[in-house]
Amino acid sequence: MKAITLNRKHLCIPYAAFLILFVILPLLVVLYYAFTNATGEFTLENFISFFSNTNTIGTLFYSLALGIVTTVCCLLIAYPTAYLLARGKFKKRSVLLMLFVTPMWINFTLRITALKEILSLIEGNIAQYPFLNSVIGMTYDFLPFMILPLYTCLLKLDTSLLEAASDLGADKATVFLKVTLPLSVPGIVSGVTMVLLPSMTNYVVLDMLYNSTYIMGSLIGSYFSAYDWHNGSMIALILLVIIFLITLATNRFSDDESSSRGAIL
Amino acid sequence: MEEKNDTIIEMIDVTRQFDETTIAVDHVNLRIKKGEFVTLLGPSGCGKTTTLRMIAGFDLPTSGKILLNGKDISLLPPNKRPINTVFQRYALFPHLNVYDNIAFGLKLKRVVKKPGDKPQKLTKAEIDKKVKRALEMVDLAGFEKRSISTLSGGQQQRIGIARALVNEPEILLLDESLGALDLKMRKEMQIELKEMHRKLGITFIYVTHDQEEALTMSDTVVVMADGMIQQIGTPVEIYNEPNNVFVADFIGESNIYSGAMVGKRLVKFCGKQFPCLDDFEVGELVDIVVRPEDVKMTSPEQGQLRGKVISVVFKGVHYEITALVGKNEIVIQNTESRNVGDVIGICLTPDDIHIMKKTLLSNRYIGYITKKNTVAFGDGEFECDVTQLYPGSFLDEEGYLITKEGKRIDLTDTDVNVEVGLHDISMSDNPDEGGARGHIISIIYKGDHYAYIVRTEENEEDFVFDCEDLWNENDYVSLVIPKDKIKLSLVSAGEDEE
Repeated sequence: MKAITLNRKHLCIPYAAFLILFVILPLLVVLYYAFTNATGEFTLENFISFFSNTNTIGTLFYSLALGIVTTVCCLLIAYPTAYLLARGKFKKRSVLLMLFVTPMWINFTLRITALKEILSLIEGNIAQYPFLNSVIGMTYDFLPFMILPLYTCLLKLDTSLLEAASDLGADKATVFLKVTLPLSVPGIVSGVTMVLLPSMTNYVVLDMLYNSTYIMGSLIGSYFSAYDWHNGSMIALILLVIIFLITLATNRFSDDESSSRGAIL
Repeated sequence: MEEKNDTIIEMIDVTRQFDETTIAVDHVNLRIKKGEFVTLLGPSGCGKTTTLRMIAGFDLPTSGKILLNGKDISLLPPNKRPINTVFQRYALFPHLNVYDNIAFGLKLKRVVKKPGDKPQKLTKAEIDKKVKRALEMVDLAGFEKRSISTLSGGQQQRIGIARALVNEPEILLLDESLGALDLKMRKEMQIELKEMHRKLGITFIYVTHDQEEALTMSDTVVVMADGMIQQIGTPVEIYNEPNNVFVADFIGESNIYSGAMVGKRLVKFCGKQFPCLDDFEVGELVDIVVRPEDVKMTSPEQGQLRGKVISVVFKGVHYEITALVGKNEIVIQNTESRNVGDVIGICLTPDDIHIMKKTLLSNRYIGYITKKNTVAFGDGEFECDVTQLYPGSFLDEEGYLITKEGKRIDLTDTDVNVEVGLHDISMSDNPDEGGARGHIISIIYKGDHYAYIVRTEENEEDFVFDCEDLWNENDYVSLVIPKDKIKLSLVSAGEDEE
């Protein structure tokens, strides 16, 4: 009996080792670099310089704007799609879902290159609309990450709750607003978390679509390629804190709204 | 006219078909009186829940009409019906607290406050008052702010009832609403529901598979099976005068035997003649139901039947004694015990014997003759004697039928009526042994044998027959019918005669 429980515990060793080696240790390294200068002394200079520099603050806001617009676009497209997929009377539901998820199987540089060609056809010189193109590119790229959690959440939704609502006098719109929407908040939250961070940092999309504006990811990249580990780490740390705060806020929101915490990734 | 006003809901020839082969509700006619406590009772899959869902508006009838107070509501969405439902798994909104759950319907409601005014929303104070009253009614006063997930099953169901009743519906529907509760809680809630029904005076329609629950609570019980209504009556009527073997077997414990009328008010079963109250034609084959608590035990000399006790089980209030009379078993409930092996006398007064016309005397199908001169019917193919179609005919070497007159007939694809007796079918484990295959969907014990119904998968054809061996419900079996027991007649010939 004892041997079995020990064996079970042993199963988590690979994951724990991975976690320590590739998550916790690097985080500590980032933390160390963020609060030291080139000579290795403790300093808050990196922190101050980020918030006193209009360029970096501008980048932060540009990233936030890009991230939020992308997330909203994803949500607006993904929700109706997921709703139809989950609640519609389709016989081959899994096949349809697959159609929406298969783009993820294709290398994303290939997808963005294809998108670039399409956009050039429509817009001519695509460098003219950098923000719009970046939003389109990222929405295209991250849409499945929004659809999937929403789909699972809506699929789990108990039909008898919708019947109960209409039984109590709610018409179809009211049923949606008062029952379906509040109960799909966990799905929305988990979709938002999965889209917002990558769309604030994934500068490859911007590079490929000729958007030369820096976002948080490119900022970190540029510091690192100039061997400035300290400022780069500080920005990474700030980004981490921002994401943490957003997650915390949305988690609390969904806790208020619903008791199902499991859906949050 | 008086009677017409009395009816709150009426189902006229209502059918609900899900796809070509699944008919959940089959031409149901039902009239429910205002203020009645009606229970739809039946085994799972009998169509009782679908019937309820059509009254609620969650499901629409494929054909037929549902009238509420004389108005056709068949196609009205649920939110437009003055009917509320208490769901089986409560279906409380997890994102709302107790107060908001109960107030859900009230917040959407528009009422005409003064005659001539436009319908208005209820004020906050009015809603508060109603919610409070509803909570008091279900004994959960003070629970307003509680979250749904902190409530026990019983409390959740009370909230479910309060949420429905607060809207003051004309009809309250309860879909196996006590099914998820434990036995003790269920008994309590049964009494409370009955009490609420008495106080409120509105119509309750309750769906359950629990016959005891149905008998305890209802004014009227509607027994359903296979999408059809088997019997409508008061609990006493249903129990004492079951319409058919199914109802008798489903409601309460019963001894069911096959017998025949042998004289005026004289029935023969278990090898003995008994005087009875029901009047059927002499010679008619009948089913006989005897309730175990009606069987009287006497000394062996005094009894009409003599039996040997083969088992005694203590059941709390009474003993359940099983005795063997010849080949038949009889179950007796009595407060007195006997020992296994005792020889007892058994006495049945005319009052204790309930007689029903046999529902089915033989299996009838329409089939056709195949190339191999076998007959295909009931989702299967059986060896048969095709020469019976033409008296005096015989088969030649090539498989053609030569009639008495010497005419040569190719029978392939000829449509025929097929008749198979109740005693002529047997079952086998080996799927290839019999001509058709299906699952056992019903077993009814008849004293010395069992009455079986086997249903095929493809077209849901039923084979009804008696067999002495006990199988299990849902067993997959193949059906063996001896060649000479399949009676064939030509379809066209039969029609010509009529």
